[in-house]
Amino acid sequence: MKNKYDVLIIGGGPAGALAGRTAAEKGLSALIVEKRPAIGAPVRCAEGIGQEALHEFIDPDPRWISAEMHGAGIVAPDGFLMKLESEMAGGKVGYVLDRKFFDRELVWKAAEAGADVAVKSRAAAPIMEDGLLKGAKIEYCGKVTNVKADVVIAADGVESKFSKWCGIDTTVPVREIMSGVQYVMANVDIDPHSTVFYLGNDVAPEGYLWVFPKGHRTANVGIGISGKKSGQGHRAKDYLDKFVKKTFPNGKTIEYIPGGVSVCRPLDCTVADNFLITGDAARVVDPLTGGGIYNAMYTGRLAAEVAADCISKGDTSKKALMAYDKTWRASKMGKAIERNYHIKEYLIKQPDAKLNEIIHSVSKMNLKEFSTISLIKEIIRVNPKLMLELGALAASLR
Amino acid sequence: MLKVHRDICGYCGCCVSVCPEGALELIDAYLSVEPNCTSCGICAKVCPLGALEVVNEK
Repeated sequence: MKNKYDVLIIGGGPAGALAGRTAAEKGLSALIVEKRPAIGAPVRCAEGIGQEALHEFIDPDPRWISAEMHGAGIVAPDGFLMKLESEMAGGKVGYVLDRKFFDRELVWKAAEAGADVAVKSRAAAPIMEDGLLKGAKIEYCGKVTNVKADVVIAADGVESKFSKWCGIDTTVPVREIMSGVQYVMANVDIDPHSTVFYLGNDVAPEGYLWVFPKGHRTANVGIGISGKKSGQGHRAKDYLDKFVKKTFPNGKTIEYIPGGVSVCRPLDCTVADNFLITGDAARVVDPLTGGGIYNAMYTGRLAAEVAADCISKGDTSKKALMAYDKTWRASKMGKAIERNYHIKEYLIKQPDAKLNEIIHSVSKMNLKEFSTISLIKEIIRVNPKLMLELGALAASLR
Repeated sequence: MLKVHRDICGYCGCCVSVCPEGALELIDAYLSVEPNCTSCGICAKVCPLGALEVVNEK
């Protein structure tokens, strides 16, 4: 670890790794600091990602692909199963990753490109000079090192603190935190190539429960419920235990993973002078699906690209770095977040009877393009009156 | 005051994200509570495991 870098990246998840790799590839000196002693662990993720989304960043490798997905199922509150299949030949639509190895691979690629990496190294405070962010105090085994940087990129995840220390409010509203628990289970009867989502106020209030296959007879079985609906005796763990007891009585839990996922709107502004915020720390998780891996990689890479451009021009002010904020908001990802936020807000208000009605209206779907938006469009096609209920949002869905 | 049941806590950071005071911090496998905690109880509500509890001081 040196005392000065062009770019200092806080967090060694997918956002930080892509930022580090991109910065190094652009010829910048970069340091990724990860507070945990190991990259990739503990996993705080259901590990699903769409095929195209993954391929945009990295070619799949059997070392960190747990399972290939060919379809999905949605179980209505009344137990009815709607199957989603792909029209595409071969039918591979997505993957369930092994994040312990996937994250490691991403950081390895950043290191290979020339970025420095420091684990068990925590950004404990920003370094401020004349009111400007100039780096961070990095704590490693009780020793504090001042690391200065032209640009700091926060990629410190859902539990992000660095932005708050820089005066940016990242607090997630209670109703918009998904309080979650996941078990990695063995000895479960599942379709090894299909993800399944369970909906309903008795199953997962204002959230959903998922079964994501990890291979033969093994799966990530998890749940996210709204923080608003959580409380003593009815927490995420209580709902998950109830489901597991009923659905997988012979299943064996081999990993126990709590976690929080934000489903709020992204931060109002994701830049400041010498500072960029990415991934979960920027609250750019898809509010409908809770998926954040792609969005983290996308914003991490973009942040480093903009940082490199601004550093080369000698201006890393908020005004110059705003190109990052504007670009991701106008991107396909930014637009999907905004649209899916509205769809999420609509769906969480629906009673079980309405969800049953929507899901029953289509028993089996063959999607040309296997994505959330294709699913929503198909649901609206068979339920034209939903167009009216979705109001202003409808135009963007046509 | 806020009590952390360390035998229940899974150090996931869900609570940190909702704390309006920025009084919680997840330091690897240890949740720290800063003196500016107001015992508002938001973190205790959202904790997926029930590891946080506001207890009255007497």
